[in-house]
Amino acid sequence: MIKLSRRKLIVSGLTATAGASGLAAAALMAQEYGLVPPDHGGMYGFGETLTYASQRLLTRRSLAREFPRSRISPRPFPNELAPLTEDFKHLQAGGFADWRISVDGMVAQPASFSIADLKSYPSRSHITELACEEGWSYIAEWIGVPLSHVLNLVGILPQARYIVYVSMEPDTWDSIDMADALHPQTFLCYGMNGNDLPVPHGGPLRMRLPRQIGYKNIKFITHLTVTDNLKRFGKGLGSAAAEAGYAWYTGI
Amino acid sequence: MATLGSARLPGEAGLPSSVSTVSVTTLPPRHSAVVRVTHWIFTLSFFALLLSGIEIVISHPRFYWGETGTVLTKPLFQLPIPSSRRLVPTGYTYVLPDQNGWSRALHFEAAWIAVLTGLWYVLFGLFTRHFQKDLLPHKAEFSWRTFWTSFTRPLRFERPSAAEAFSYNVLQRLTYVLVIFVLFPLVVWSGLAMSLGFASAFPWSVTLLGGRQSARTIHFFVSLALVLFLFVHIAMICLAGFWGRTGAMITGRIGTRKEHK
Repeated sequence: MIKLSRRKLIVSGLTATAGASGLAAAALMAQEYGLVPPDHGGMYGFGETLTYASQRLLTRRSLAREFPRSRISPRPFPNELAPLTEDFKHLQAGGFADWRISVDGMVAQPASFSIADLKSYPSRSHITELACEEGWSYIAEWIGVPLSHVLNLVGILPQARYIVYVSMEPDTWDSIDMADALHPQTFLCYGMNGNDLPVPHGGPLRMRLPRQIGYKNIKFITHLTVTDNLKRFGKGLGSAAAEAGYAWYTGI
Repeated sequence: MATLGSARLPGEAGLPSSVSTVSVTTLPPRHSAVVRVTHWIFTLSFFALLLSGIEIVISHPRFYWGETGTVLTKPLFQLPIPSSRRLVPTGYTYVLPDQNGWSRALHFEAAWIAVLTGLWYVLFGLFTRHFQKDLLPHKAEFSWRTFWTSFTRPLRFERPSAAEAFSYNVLQRLTYVLVIFVLFPLVVWSGLAMSLGFASAFPWSVTLLGGRQSARTIHFFVSLALVLFLFVHIAMICLAGFWGRTGAMITGRIGTRKEHK
C-alpha cells in the first residue's frame, strides 16, 4: 500500500492548487492574447486550442515556403466542386464582369469591389503549395491582391479581431484572425500560373492562405465582414467547416 | 510466470546483491510509478492515433515521394483499399463515408497527449537514470551469442527466464531504445513537417525529409514500424505471461503477490 505522509499530503495539495490556478491564469492569458480558437469547446477543444495557441506564438510572422518557378506542378488538381448555382452561371456567362465582393462590419467605409477593381491594385504573387487535408498537394503560382490592401482601403477599426469571408456556394463561409488577415501571403486571389483563376480552382476569386489547409482557402468569395466576435456568425464556431466537424484553425 | 513465492531471487538480474536478503515486500517496484502512468496514457493515445491515422489515410490511400502528389500524378504506391473520396481511383465501386473531421481532431489531440507524456517520461528517465540503468544495453551483453539466444528463445516459444521479469535482455533493450529515441521522434517530426504552420516557422523540417509528400510517406512507414513493434511487444508479453507482465505495469509488482503475509 502507498502510505501518505502528512508532508506528502501538504506538498501534493499545494501542487494541485498551484496547478489549477496556473491553468486558470493560462486560460485567461490565452483569451487575452487571442490564442483560443472559436471551436475551443467539446471533446477536441483541448487539442485545437493547444495547436492554435502554440502555432500563433511560433508563426505570427513566419512565411509559407515558396518555390522556384521550375517546381510549379504541371497539372494542378482541382478538388470536387458542388454543382454551380444558376446565379454563378449567369455571372460566368458575363465573364464575371459583374462579380462583386462587398466588405462591411467594423470598417470606416463599407465598400464593394469588382474583379477589375481588385486587379487595378498592386498585384502580388507567390509560388506556394496548396495542401489538402486528405493528403495530396501541388505547387502553383497564385496571383492576387493582399487582403491587407483591401482592408486598408476600407479602414478596419482597431477593435477588429476576425475577418469572416463568404462564398457564393451555399453554406460556405470561414473566418481568420488578424495575424492571418494581415499576413503578406494572404491574398484575395484572382490568378493562377499567369492566367485568370480557373473556375474549378475557385475563379474568379478565392481566398488564398498558404499557411493553412486547402479547405480554408474558400472558393468564389463574394463577401467579407470585419468583426470582433465570431459568436454572431452561424453557430459561433467560426466557420461552416467547424460546424461540420472540421477544425477552424488548419495550420496543421 | 516468474513468481517470487518459491524461486530464489535471480542473481544475474542485475539487482543489487543486498536485495536477496531483504524481504520481498520492500523490493523497489519493477516499474516506477511514472513509467506505469506514462505507459498507459501513451497506450491510449497510441490507439487513438492509430485509429484516426487509418481513417485519414482512407481519404487518400496513395503515397508519393518528393514535394507534391495528387491523383493526377504517378504515386510511389497505392494501398489496395477503398477510399472515402470519389475522385481517388481505387478499383472499388463504392466510396466510404467521410470521417476526416473528427479523425483529424482526434489525431492532433492524441498527438499532443502522446508528445507531452513522452516528454514527461524522457525527462523522468534522464533525471532518474532510468535509461542508463534499465534500457541502455550493457557492454558485456554485446555478443552474437546473447543476441542469438534472446532472439531465438521466443521463437521456440520458450518462456523467458525468471531473471527477465526484473530486467530486460539485450535485444529488448535495443528495441526499446530504438522505439523511444528513433521511431517516436521520427514519427513526430514527419508529422509536424506536414503542418503548414510548423513548416512556415521551420522550413528545414520539411526540406530535410525530402519534401511534404516524402514526409507523409515516412510518417506512414514509421507508423507501420511502430505497429509492428506493438504486435511483437504484445506477443512477448503473452509468451512471458500476459497477466503477470500486465499486472507489473499496473501495480509495479511482479507476479501474483496478492497474498498478504
